Amino acid sequence: MRFIFLTISLVALFFANLFVGSVEIPAQQVIDILFNGGDPDGPLRFIVVGSRLPQAITAVLAGAALTVSGLMLQTAFRNPLAGPSILGITSGSSLGVALVILLLGGSVSAAGYSWGGYMAILIGSFAGSIAIMGLLLLFSMWLKNDLMLLIAGIMVGYLTSSVITLLNYLSTAEGVHGYAMWGMGNFNGVALGQIPMFAITIGAGLLLSILMVKPLNVILLGENYALNLGIKMQWVRNMLLVTTGLLTSIVTAFCGPISFIGLAVPHIVRMIFRVSDHRIIIPGCILTGGVIGLICNLLCILPENIVLPLNGVTPLIGVPVIMYVIFKERFKKR
Amino acid sequence: MKHAETIKVNNLTTGYRNSKGGRFITEKLTASLYSGELTCLLGPNGAGKSTLLRTLAGFQRPLSGCVEIAGKPLNRYGGKELAQTISVVLTEKPLLENMDVETLVGLGRAPYTGFWGLFTDSDKIAVNTAMELTGIESLRYRMVQSLSDGERQKAMIAKAFAQETPVVFLDEPTAFLDYPSKVEIMLLLYSLAHKMNKTIFMSTHDLDMAMQLSDRIWLMDKSLGVRTGTHEELTLSGDIERYFVRPGIEFDKKEGLFKIDLDFKNQIDKG
Repeated sequence: MRFIFLTISLVALFFANLFVGSVEIPAQQVIDILFNGGDPDGPLRFIVVGSRLPQAITAVLAGAALTVSGLMLQTAFRNPLAGPSILGITSGSSLGVALVILLLGGSVSAAGYSWGGYMAILIGSFAGSIAIMGLLLLFSMWLKNDLMLLIAGIMVGYLTSSVITLLNYLSTAEGVHGYAMWGMGNFNGVALGQIPMFAITIGAGLLLSILMVKPLNVILLGENYALNLGIKMQWVRNMLLVTTGLLTSIVTAFCGPISFIGLAVPHIVRMIFRVSDHRIIIPGCILTGGVIGLICNLLCILPENIVLPLNGVTPLIGVPVIMYVIFKERFKKR
Repeated sequence: MKHAETIKVNNLTTGYRNSKGGRFITEKLTASLYSGELTCLLGPNGAGKSTLLRTLAGFQRPLSGCVEIAGKPLNRYGGKELAQTISVVLTEKPLLENMDVETLVGLGRAPYTGFWGLFTDSDKIAVNTAMELTGIESLRYRMVQSLSDGERQKAMIAKAFAQETPVVFLDEPTAFLDYPSKVEIMLLLYSLAHKMNKTIFMSTHDLDMAMQLSDRIWLMDKSLGVRTGTHEELTLSGDIERYFVRPGIEFDKKEGLFKIDLDFKNQIDKG
């Protein structure tokens, strides 16, 4: 039932994203362009197929990727407040991207790059996120206190951000502006031609996460119980490292460091499904992540003539959810 | 097969290795655990009870010596095989949101289920049996976070029983429980050891209960080392007295139980 409802919402919002935008196009015309090949080579076709369509697809994929990544981090660190942005993993990604950009010169974002440049940015992003994730796993061996680990993650995030800021001084004015724009997050960084590549890499990450449902379920009991139940912790840790790193880094490379989706949406999924089983929660996260991605994108493009930055919108959804989670915890302990 | 020697500890030294060459906690321990018996591990905080349990459960390597389970050295067990041999109930209290008791108990089936963790009929039977044995069938659909500490502990024990292992280790399963719940858990473990012929080994601070309800006792102390035997043996040898009598505590040899030294109390009252 809930899956059907989510799927319908996803499809409805997907089309809403195609119909709405800063340029007003009548619904009839959008349908004509999409299904009957209307307005060939015209400007409206360019807007709908060349801009709105890839943007909607990116919103779905990026939302799903960040949500699943956040869920896995919350399970792995057994901390409801873990997430790719709060633990500094997106910052690590950003640093990797910034370094590659600096070496290659020019403006930021994987969009608009040649095949080689695209791969270089993805690799930089992936290396950055994996490095931070590995550091956090290392910290988690000593910092048994969950809150301390969270703070360590936030500190690492600040540190990487500061390195990026300093790197910016070595960059050109154009580069700084490009970086600032990229830093605000957006779903329009993936061109239609790049969508297959984007979809395949995110699909691979999501597939890896689905393959880990059983160990993820057992890890909920804690590392020692998982070990006693025959889970190969070292293998699981490495898989988590690669999967969350992959999902976070692809999204960050294309869309910038997006906050709150990875942190908050898993909680929305838990509220919807009220189960702990990852066999349900992960598909739930993929669908809900897509829905929230589309809602955020819609909010960005809704105002006339301007496009709001994504990171201006995601906290509007994320912060209330996280506040709810925190207060619920407090009341439970009383 | 009654009272077979399931676990043999030979010359075992546990502890942690550090740059100075190691911190020993138990040294050169030789002892055994038997099936169909509830064995209690007693000792003050910091005596190394958890470290010993962790070593016996295979969580950490012994510094020297060896542990044999059913005639086979612990380090020759594969992960899955060990998971089907030893189950544990630990002191850590996992944060389990949105998980009902049946699902929690079902996690004990992880060593038996396949890649997706789907249940066969035998898995479902094992989960039901474990919940029956621990008397928590009525809690089946309750969320774990809504349970009392005693109910939660029973659910964790049910998880261990769903694992269908001949050996069960429990690290202070009665800590933080009210008195009736402590007795209930101890009686439960005692009856499970005897009825299901399991080897149950638990650490505890509940001295009197351990002496009355366990089949065998391991006494542990930093300076005195480890002594093992039945309640009677340890009473006659005077070991129990030696390990626990302090100013204010006296040992009633007739009953074999500890009491508060009333003379000591009177002295306090007089000031």
